[in-house]
Amino acid sequence: MGAEFVQFSLTPILIGSLAAIACALPGNFLILRRQALIGDAISHVVLPGIVVAFLITGIVSAIPMLIGAAGAAIVSVILIEAVKRLGRIEPGAAMGVVFTTLFAGGVLLLEQSDTSSVHLDVEHALMGNLESLIWFRAEGWHSLLDPAALATLPPELGRIAIACALVALLTMVFWRWLKIATFDEGFAQALGIPATALGFGLVITAAIAAVAAFDAVGSIIVIAMFICPPAAARLMTNRLETQIWWSIAFAILSAVLGYVFAGYGPLWFGAQNAVSAAGMIAAVSGVILGLACLYGPHRSRIGVGREDAAV
Amino acid sequence: MNSFFSALLLQAGYNAALVAIGAALLGFAAGASGTFLFLRKRALVSDAVAHATLPGVGLAFILMVALGGDGRNLVGLLIGSAITAWLGLLLIEWMTRRTRLAEDAAIGAVLGVFFGLGIVLLTVIQTMSSGRQAGLESFLLGSTAGMLFQDALVIAVGGTLAVLSTWLLRRPMTLVAFDADYAAAMGYNVRRIDLLMMGLVMAVTVIGLKLVGLILIVAMLIIPPVTARFWTERSHKVVWIAGAVGAVSGYVGAAISASVPAAPTGPIIVLMTAALFALSLLFAPVRGVAAAILRHRSFQRRVHMRQGLLALSRQEPIREPYTLRLLTREGLIRPDGVPTDTGRAQAAKVSRDERRWDIARQVHQDAGLTGRYDGLTPIEEVFTPDEIDEFDRRIGKPFAVGGPA
Repeated sequence: MGAEFVQFSLTPILIGSLAAIACALPGNFLILRRQALIGDAISHVVLPGIVVAFLITGIVSAIPMLIGAAGAAIVSVILIEAVKRLGRIEPGAAMGVVFTTLFAGGVLLLEQSDTSSVHLDVEHALMGNLESLIWFRAEGWHSLLDPAALATLPPELGRIAIACALVALLTMVFWRWLKIATFDEGFAQALGIPATALGFGLVITAAIAAVAAFDAVGSIIVIAMFICPPAAARLMTNRLETQIWWSIAFAILSAVLGYVFAGYGPLWFGAQNAVSAAGMIAAVSGVILGLACLYGPHRSRIGVGREDAAV
Repeated sequence: MNSFFSALLLQAGYNAALVAIGAALLGFAAGASGTFLFLRKRALVSDAVAHATLPGVGLAFILMVALGGDGRNLVGLLIGSAITAWLGLLLIEWMTRRTRLAEDAAIGAVLGVFFGLGIVLLTVIQTMSSGRQAGLESFLLGSTAGMLFQDALVIAVGGTLAVLSTWLLRRPMTLVAFDADYAAAMGYNVRRIDLLMMGLVMAVTVIGLKLVGLILIVAMLIIPPVTARFWTERSHKVVWIAGAVGAVSGYVGAAISASVPAAPTGPIIVLMTAALFALSLLFAPVRGVAAAILRHRSFQRRVHMRQGLLALSRQEPIREPYTLRLLTREGLIRPDGVPTDTGRAQAAKVSRDERRWDIARQVHQDAGLTGRYDGLTPIEEVFTPDEIDEFDRRIGKPFAVGGPA
């Protein structure tokens, strides 16, 4: 665990873990509200948002792209709601219509606008680029105390840290409301909690997390982080507080193990090159969920469902 | 424009024609088989199926190269993708049945994890000596530029087979989609039919991979059924309309992309489908937005008309501007607000109708009949002439506006 680790692995692992936590936190509420696939929809529309931001500003820079992606996420949420209400279409289908269309629009814009010359391509958007977020100037653990070296940390680290802190802060501030509205929306409304606005706010928070994480881990892998750690946590406990802590633990575990397996795993088998870290993180989170499905203490449904499950 | 029409008429070359026909067949198969998923409220299962094909493509490539063959053999890649897609489906089913996780969480988990695995395998392939130009990325978004005759053939044959199977399985699948309990009572094995339904979707996904790519094939499965739903209330019609929507989008989309430079086939086909969806959402006769607005307007008009005429009969002043405009336009009042003869006659009729309803509600406590009183339904539509005569006897003789003389 020397200088090389700090230089090449510390920042990607930190970024991966923060991204995983930022997604897992809202994911807990989304899966309880049966809106797990909102994360899926958002991560698809990030692409057109980024392309439009690029076409407007003409530069490849983080801030306009993040704004574009967040804007697209909000537009898609509004469109999904509109299709659902105006067309009286069930939520899943409405979501499918909107995000596939926006994604297709994004790909078309990308092809038409000849952005291939700049660093903006679909594969990058899907797969992310975690491995490249290394800390060039680091010379060892002491660099953590060296302001000159700290100034050269990958900017993605700062952005994801801020996003993660924001998501955590929002979760804590709205904790009681979120808890009540998630389990009993009618009761929440009776108490005067603006449940609809809260639900919209939750989706926007998820969008912020997705967009910030997209930067580093790619848009599709974000879905795994939205769903797998919270779903596994759900099978471990019946208490929401405990579930949140489990989900954070699973998120960090997936990110760290995934990165290590991706970076060092192939070497153990005698291969020369690392594999995609983002993909490996998603795969590890899937393994964790699989184990929770098989052995989690609260894995089965209680009551009516149990008879169904026995058939 | 010219090149577009020649593509549309299959005159833009042998390959373009094959692609257009293949896309139409694929669109039809996707729309029709997607209908059953949509009706079963499982539209997004197709999303998971599509993403779950990627690791199969990668594994098949690695395996074929390891066995000394050409990794790019399309049939081999498709078989691989079918295997992992099927595995993904089984995992979704297992998770929803065996754990308390809801179906959407299971779908999302399979989608994200399988896609992640697929990406891992793609990076493995990129480092293999024979993998540098594998072009497997084209499975993400589809590619027709490099389409070979063999690829077009797979789509055409596969699309035909999928259409045929949809047609053969349409009855049990409709039944299960609408009322699984009833289907079970009829002796159908619901679980097997569900798996068949998803197997068909999986087949369409695998066939469509090369054309529109794994992310966009989802659109071909979801959007046409939703579009078709606007046009009819009957399930068997939804299937065929969805098929038609998919076929038209596939055909026209392929023609556009063949005639316009830098127009990737997959996205163009999806946007065609989306355009048909938007048109249907806005202009479908019963469920469309425009029809709903017109219905609302006509309802509003009838309410204002009725209230205006009742006010006339009671000789009350009308101040509501819309009511005034309406009555003037119909020639029931003069611009200065004084009722015309027709206006007086109609007001008398409406007021009589209202009094008949009053009596009807006293006489008949039956909510089935008097429940239809909404201030708009003429009483003649609910009661027989004999009954109305009875009401009239209680009210007394008709009289002109202004009260009994």
